[in-house]
Amino acid sequence: MILSRRTVLAAGLAATSLGAPRIAHAQAGAGRIVIIGGGFGGASAARFARDNFPQLDVTLIERSRSFTTCPYGNLVLAGRRDMASITFGYERLAGRGVRVVHQSATAIDPAAKQVRLGDGAAVPYDRLIVSPGIDLRWGAIEGYDEAASARMPHGWVPALQPISLLRAQLEAMPDGGVFVMAIPDNPFRCPPGPYERISMVAEYLKRAKPRSKILALDAKSGFSKQPLFQDGWQELYPGMIDWRGVSNDGRVTRVNAANMEVETEFGEKIRGAVINIIPPQMAGRIARDAGLANQGGWCPVKPASFESTQVPDIHVLGDAAIAAPMPKSGFAASTQAKQAVACIAASLAGQPLPPAVYFNTCYSHVGKDYGISIVGVFRGTAERLVEVEGSGGISPRNATLTPERRAEHRRLEAHYADGWYESATNEMFG
Amino acid sequence: MPAWAQASNGTLLAGACAGCHGVTGQGGQGVPSIRQTQNIAEFVSTMQAFRANQREATVMGRISRGYTEAEIAALAVFYARAQ
Repeated sequence: MILSRRTVLAAGLAATSLGAPRIAHAQAGAGRIVIIGGGFGGASAARFARDNFPQLDVTLIERSRSFTTCPYGNLVLAGRRDMASITFGYERLAGRGVRVVHQSATAIDPAAKQVRLGDGAAVPYDRLIVSPGIDLRWGAIEGYDEAASARMPHGWVPALQPISLLRAQLEAMPDGGVFVMAIPDNPFRCPPGPYERISMVAEYLKRAKPRSKILALDAKSGFSKQPLFQDGWQELYPGMIDWRGVSNDGRVTRVNAANMEVETEFGEKIRGAVINIIPPQMAGRIARDAGLANQGGWCPVKPASFESTQVPDIHVLGDAAIAAPMPKSGFAASTQAKQAVACIAASLAGQPLPPAVYFNTCYSHVGKDYGISIVGVFRGTAERLVEVEGSGGISPRNATLTPERRAEHRRLEAHYADGWYESATNEMFG
Repeated sequence: MPAWAQASNGTLLAGACAGCHGVTGQGGQGVPSIRQTQNIAEFVSTMQAFRANQREATVMGRISRGYTEAEIAALAVFYARAQ
């Protein structure tokens, strides 16, 4: 690629207009953005709006006073992190000028352009961002309801159940016990997450309970970064992990929490000392109640702006949105947030929407100093969201690297994973 | 309000970089700072080297190949201004 002087100059001019002081029409494009949900999508949207669009009034509605991230929960399972290190408050975001309202959003009235709060108050908006995360489909696996999840934790929605519950069960498990996992079909939150979880549980068991085994029952025939995970498992935890895909009767259809037993599609009953059920999922309730979700329970959006295709002036971000080929990840939610905010600002000012370029990197820890990644750059047009051809993809496999380079690559990616976590959480909450 | 649509927008594109390199590109926790890239030409040539697999990388080769010449130029200007 040769960059012409002209391209650089043109970019320079564009950037100059960005940084230029706002003049007489400073209030042109003013408006109220209300954001429901203070996770990766919502908190990133609030920060980006506050940093870049002083003419916007920004309100974040989040029922909890703290946010525990889903990413790095698996490191709590491994015993490498504690809950405090993955839990954050909203004080700094408030200090930046975001109005943070710790109430439940109970209803959205798109006609009146208002959000109703748990205390009965109404919050008016010009544009609404809904980033509600996921709800679990209780009962989709027969017998798996909220009560059963106390014995067989999901550990997939920190606001419903802290990962420390599953950690406590692992600590109490006898050496030689079987850790059983049920993993859902697509789409679900954090595609590589279950496999990082297998890895981190294996790391803990290898150290503390080396006679134990892991049986992963999967409703899919393949998974994210599969060759890299399986290379790593073979290298680090030989003989410990048995992964069974759907064609090998991996789909769990029923559980019996009292007996600590799961049942597969073809009727095999399997008992575990600790059982982790990651059930099928859907968009968070507020999005479904507001008519933002389709029959599948997820929210269709316009690829260039993440505005709902079903309700105008509402943007849906993150895990709740249908954004394939982008994964349901925190990083994806964060870049969707920035694009949505920029689109909202442009729309309020009567300007055309900025070009849509989205980005994702998901690191996974496989073991100590052993990280792997998947990367994607995506573009949204009026019709489609597509991954840029020739870019992105997963880390190189073991066989393609020299032994020295392999160790260094895995070590660096584990290190960069920590860097991502630090930067991402600092951007939202620091 | 600045016209965000008129060209490849450095601020918006840099939102992706911020995920690992920090809001101002400051780096940290082992992630290199990209503010240390002192000028536009250096930023561009570094990205070109990543694209061409001429610079050893973990993720940056895979990332850099997703962006156009104009986008890399816009990012270079953004980080040059962020000194």
